[in-house]
Amino acid sequence: MENQNTDAIRLEDVSVGYRRPGEPIHTFKEYAIRLIQGKIQYKEFNALSNVNLKIHKGETFAIVGNNGAGKSTLLKVISRVLIPTQGRVQINGKVTPLLQLGAGFHPELSGRENVFLNGTILGHPRREIEEHMEEVIEFSELGEFIDAPLRTYSSGMSARLGFAAATTWEPDILLLDEVLSVGDEAFQKKCHVRMQNFRKERTTSILVSHVMKTVLSLCERAAWLDHGIVRAVGKTEEVIAEYRKAQKKV
Amino acid sequence: MSEEFIYDSDKRGPVSIEELRGIFQYRDLIYQLVRRDVVSRYKRSVLGIVWTLLQPLGMMFILSMVFANLFHSVKGYPAYILSGLLAWTFFAQTTGAIIHQIVWGGALLRQIYLPRTSFAISAIGTGLVNLTISFVPLFIILLSSGLPINSSVLFLPISMVLLSAFSLGIGLIISTLAVRFPDIAEMYHIILTAWMYLTPIVYPEKLIPESYRFWFFNLNPMYHIVKIFRMPLFEGVFPDLRTLIIAMVVSLVPLIVGWLFYSKRADEFAYYW
Repeated sequence: MENQNTDAIRLEDVSVGYRRPGEPIHTFKEYAIRLIQGKIQYKEFNALSNVNLKIHKGETFAIVGNNGAGKSTLLKVISRVLIPTQGRVQINGKVTPLLQLGAGFHPELSGRENVFLNGTILGHPRREIEEHMEEVIEFSELGEFIDAPLRTYSSGMSARLGFAAATTWEPDILLLDEVLSVGDEAFQKKCHVRMQNFRKERTTSILVSHVMKTVLSLCERAAWLDHGIVRAVGKTEEVIAEYRKAQKKV
Repeated sequence: MSEEFIYDSDKRGPVSIEELRGIFQYRDLIYQLVRRDVVSRYKRSVLGIVWTLLQPLGMMFILSMVFANLFHSVKGYPAYILSGLLAWTFFAQTTGAIIHQIVWGGALLRQIYLPRTSFAISAIGTGLVNLTISFVPLFIILLSSGLPINSSVLFLPISMVLLSAFSLGIGLIISTLAVRFPDIAEMYHIILTAWMYLTPIVYPEKLIPESYRFWFFNLNPMYHIVKIFRMPLFEGVFPDLRTLIIAMVVSLVPLIVGWLFYSKRADEFAYYW
């Protein structure tokens, strides 16, 4: 029997339903007029339907699927940004989405100040950030530029800082939404090495990507999402094979 | 052993309480957000901090020049304007910032879990820093108008807490509505302008005919907030118990209503962003 403790994430019967007016209503004025006319009709559509998924502790898991299959919605449910309309979500550990690089960064603040800001956004206490500061500076290869305002950085520099700030803390659960194309090639290699190291530690990583090569080289297991429904879960090669077979049919 | 789960959607308490707990957990974030807003404001321009001092002073000079002849009966009229104006500016700026951050600034909240009131609370924090700085010109104007600074200024922290509570409450209510309907935010800005002139900030209370005064003032919560802010400064007296209780009611009720309303709806925000 499977030991329950080894799950980092458990989703039971999770659905996310959007209830949207048939025609979009953007303003209160429109809403009021339509309401009086009795002309509001709602369309419902499910971004996720009855998803059951268990992701084990310490594994690197991939979510594949076409555009609009609900991959990002699933990540949002896991990171608690989106509360599902139905179902149970259990999460064991601190979830760290690798933020869109630069999200929450302020151009006027220095690299160091931004690391503090970014660290607290990720939910780390101030003291912990101070302890890891040197490590972030080293990994990002910024040197003394760390005290220069962010607006003076090149895009590569801020990308490096972003990745360093997000991954220095060895997150329990790391969410990656197609962001591995960060910086130059040498730095990408470093990121891959870090991801590999996470696998040896306790970190659970969840990767959403269209690049099957990356998925195959990094992930042990995968799930294939199609129109909000989980079509297959299992070994990466098998899931990808099924996904590709379905692609060809169409 | 599901107790091990840090988060379990089946074991969530009432959202309004969870939110309070979240804010406590993320207190370092609030500090960083306030710091970001204050530091970036002062870094951006050469004059930096001077703008915070000059902005209300400029307003005060304009208003007192325009209205001085009308209301020359008020002793220390510029100080009268400035003391009310500071409270009003705090209210207008913080509610505006809260709405802006929640309605348009959802970028971060779309990507990562944060207590959803973080940005609202940090906007109040930033407002308090700016308000405290602008006490410097206020005290100068008070002294130069020949008004004494009494021990009653010790009451100011309480006035500031009530002002913050009211602003946070209104900010949360308006932004909850504005996430669904962005034009509510536009409407609010128009209402703010009208609201300012309905509140005795540039004109003395006596301007309103005696027979209207009761309803005119009592229907306007901002009247009571401005009053409890202005009394210890301009009049140099401690507010009486009645004034205090009224001010507490009109500020704490919106806060509680706003907090409950906002937390009840916050789960849906991600569906609209």
